[in-house]
Amino acid sequence: MAAARKRDAMGFGLAALTRLAGSEVIDRAGLRGPVQNLVKAGTRNGFRAAGAATRSFKSVRRLGKPARLAPAQDDVGLFDLTPSEDQQLIAETVTEFAAEQLRPAAADADAKLAAPEGLLTRAAELGISLVGIPEELGGAGTERSVVTNALVAEALAHGDMGLAVAVLAPSAVSTALVSWGDEQQQADYVPAFAGDQVPAAALALLERTPLFDPFKPATKAKRTPKGYQLDGVKSLVPRAAEAELFLVSADLEGRGPALFLVESSSAGVTVEAEPAMGLRGAATGKLHLEKVALPAGALLGGGKADVFTEVVRLSRLGWAALAAGTAKAVLDYVVPYVNERTAFGEPISHRQAVAFSVADIAIELEGLRLVTLRAAARAEQGKDYAREAALARKLAVDKGMRIGNAGVQLLGGHGFVKEHPVERWYRDLRAIGVMEGAVLL
Amino acid sequence: MINLEVPKKAGTLINQAYQAAAEVFRPISRKYDRAEHTYPAELDMFAALLDGLNSSGEGGAGAAGVRRSRDSAGDGNRNGANLNVVLGTIEMCWGDVGLLLSMPRQGLGNAAISSVATDEQLARFSGLWAAMAITEPDCGSDSAAITTTAVLDGDDYVLNGEKIFVTSGQRADAVVVWATLDRSKGRSAIKSFVVEKGTPGFEVVRVEHKLGIRASDTAVLRFENCRVPRENLLGTPDIDTAKGFAGVMQTFDNTRPLVAAMAVGVARAALEETRRILSSAGVTIDYDRPPQHPAAATWLELEADFESAYLLTLESAWMADNRKPNSLQASMAKAKAGRTVVDVTLKCVELAGVYGYTEESLLEKWARDAKILDIFEGTQQIQQLIVARRVLGKTSAQLK
Repeated sequence: MAAARKRDAMGFGLAALTRLAGSEVIDRAGLRGPVQNLVKAGTRNGFRAAGAATRSFKSVRRLGKPARLAPAQDDVGLFDLTPSEDQQLIAETVTEFAAEQLRPAAADADAKLAAPEGLLTRAAELGISLVGIPEELGGAGTERSVVTNALVAEALAHGDMGLAVAVLAPSAVSTALVSWGDEQQQADYVPAFAGDQVPAAALALLERTPLFDPFKPATKAKRTPKGYQLDGVKSLVPRAAEAELFLVSADLEGRGPALFLVESSSAGVTVEAEPAMGLRGAATGKLHLEKVALPAGALLGGGKADVFTEVVRLSRLGWAALAAGTAKAVLDYVVPYVNERTAFGEPISHRQAVAFSVADIAIELEGLRLVTLRAAARAEQGKDYAREAALARKLAVDKGMRIGNAGVQLLGGHGFVKEHPVERWYRDLRAIGVMEGAVLL
Repeated sequence: MINLEVPKKAGTLINQAYQAAAEVFRPISRKYDRAEHTYPAELDMFAALLDGLNSSGEGGAGAAGVRRSRDSAGDGNRNGANLNVVLGTIEMCWGDVGLLLSMPRQGLGNAAISSVATDEQLARFSGLWAAMAITEPDCGSDSAAITTTAVLDGDDYVLNGEKIFVTSGQRADAVVVWATLDRSKGRSAIKSFVVEKGTPGFEVVRVEHKLGIRASDTAVLRFENCRVPRENLLGTPDIDTAKGFAGVMQTFDNTRPLVAAMAVGVARAALEETRRILSSAGVTIDYDRPPQHPAAATWLELEADFESAYLLTLESAWMADNRKPNSLQASMAKAKAGRTVVDVTLKCVELAGVYGYTEESLLEKWARDAKILDIFEGTQQIQQLIVARRVLGKTSAQLK
C-alpha cells in the first residue's frame, strides 16, 4: 500500500484511466498493472457522505496548520513548451473523456440546461479536483499545478464549454480552500472534495451590474456578534441549484471584497435558474442571499485584498484556457468542413477568403494558448503574473469571440442551425468577456 | 516542464543587446532617419563586438547565427542559437530596426549562407557581409517566377538579370542572388549564388528613398554577363524536381522568426513609450480592474497582441533549436508579428496625439519603420497562405 499512498500528478492520470474502460491510452502507456493497484487503493478514503442533496459536511481531524501546495519548482529555467509525461497523459485522458462524454452530450445539455444524468459523477471520478488537493487532505497534489489545470480546462472545453464549467466548478472552491483556507475550513470541507462523491460547489463572484467590476461587489457583508451577515445577489453561478457550498464575494463593510464560505442549507439562501445565451450545460443560476447569517469561520483568507485579487486572476486564467479549448474545437470542425464543402466547382477552402479566415483562427488560437500557458506557468512557480493573466484574458475575450464568429461564418447558413455545433460555440465564447469566477486554476 | 520565460543563461546576451540598443542605436536613431543613404559610421565599432558575440556559437543579435547545428548533443530541451538570436534581435530593434538591418555582417544573405551553404562554403564566406537579392521588378511574392538566369560556362556561372529591394545592397561585401539554371524546369531550378562586390558585370543601379528603415540602404542591382565561380553556388547544383524549392526556401524558416523578432522589438518600443506618455497624462494601466480610461483599454488590447506575437516568435525559434519542423510556426509568428507591429505603432501615434505624430518623438518613425516588417521576407498574405495550406492540407496548386 505504500506505493499507492504516493499518489501524485501521475496518480491523478491513472485514477482517470480507471474510468475509461477499454481506453487506448491505458495500453499505450503500459499502465494496466498500476491502474489495477490503484483501484484497490481507491477505498482508502475514510470520508463517506450520503447523496449530494442531503449531505452535511463532516469535519475531519484538523491539521496543526493548513496544508498548502508549494510553488512548482523550475530548476532548469529553460524555455520549454513540452508538457511533462504526467501532463501529457492527463491531457490525453481528459481529451478522450471530453470527446466521448462531453461532446455527444453537449447539444442535449444545452437544450435542457443541465448535464445528463451521471455525467458529472463520472467526471468527478476522473479525479479532476484531486490534483489540486494536498496528500495530507486526501488528495493527490504535491505542488501547485496551474499549467496542468489549464491543460485540463482546455481539453474539457474542447468537448463542451458549458459542461466543462459544470465539471470544473467544484475544484474552483476546493483549490481556493487549499490555497487560502485555514486548518478548520480545510478540515470541514476539503476531504469531501477528495472523496468519491465530490459535492457540487461554486465560486460566485459575478453580479448583474452593468460594467461590473469584481473588485466592487454590490453584495454586502457586515459583521455581527457571531460572525457575518450577507446580503446580495450573485449571477451565472454554475450548478447553482445543486451546489452544496458556495464561495461568495462580498464587500466587507466598505473595506473592499472578501470571500465567504456559504453552505446551501443556510437560512436566507435561495437559488433561481438564470439561463443565458450560452454555458447552458453548466445550469447557471442566480444565488440570492438575504440576511444570511454566517459563522466567524466563514471568511476565507482573512479577507485579505491580495487573496481576492489572486482568486480573480486565477479565475480569468481558467476562462482563457476554456476559450482556447473551445476555439480549438472550432478550428478542428471548420477544417474538414471547408475542405469538403464545394462551391463553384471546387472546395471552398481553395478560396483565399475562406482559407485566410482559417489561417487567422489557427494563428490567434496558437497565440492565445501560449499567452495562457505563460501566465499559468508563472502562477504555479510563484512569480508575479498579473500582467500575463490580464493579457491572456484579453486575448481570450477578443480572439475567442472572433474565432467563434468565424466558425459560424465559414459554415454559412449551416452554421446558424443547430445541426452543427458552431452556433453553440459562438454563444459559449461570448461568455468569456462577461464571466468572472466560476472556474479557478 | 512548461515554462515560457526567457532562459536565465540568455540574460547576459539580452542585457548586452539592450545596452547597445539604448546607448548606440537610440541616440543616432533620428539622425539616420533624416540622413537617408548616409552610412552610420558609429556602427563599425559596434559591429566588431557583435562578431565576438556570434563567434561564441550561441548566437548574437543579428542574422548570422541561425545555422542548424548538426551535432546531436543531448536529447533534452535545448535553448540555443535560434532563441538567442531572436532575443538579441528583439532588444536591438527596440533600439532601431533600420540600424540593425544596417549592421555589417548581419544581413539576411548571411542567414541564407548559414542555412544552405556547405561547410567549405561556410568557411570561405566567413566574415563576409552578405545581402540578399530575390525580388525582381516583375516578381515579388512569387519568388518561383524569377527571371534572372545563371548559365554554366566553363568554371563560372554567368548571371543576367535585375534585382530590386536589396537590403544593404550597396554597403554589403557580397550579395546572395537567386537565379534560375533553367527557366523551363520551374522552381526546382532556382539556386542562390554568392556574388562579391566588384565582380565585373555587377552594378548598383540606385538606392531607394523609403517610407521607413531609412538608415538601411535598399538597392537596385543589375547583373550583366556577371561571371561567378561555380563554387559560389550555395548548396547543390542538381535540379531535383522532387525536392524542388526546398533548398532555397529553407532560408525562410530561419529568417522569418528573425523578422518577427524585429517586429516584436519595434512594437515593444512603441508600447513602452506610449505607456510613459499616457502615464504623464494621468492614464495608468491596471491589469486587474476594468480599464478606467478608453486609452488604457486600447493600450491593453495592443499589449495583448504584442504578447501573442512575442510568444509565437519565441516558439518558432525554440522549435528550430530543438530541430522540430517550424515552417508553420515561423509563418504564424511572422504573420502575427508583422500585422501587430503595424497596428501597435500606428495606434500609439494616435494615442500620443500631436507629440506622437511629430519628429520630436520616435513614435512616428516607428510607425513608418513598422510597415516593411509586414512585407519583407514574405508579406502578410504570403504567410497566411502558408499557414492556411498547412492547416488545410492543401498544395500551392490547390490553394493559390
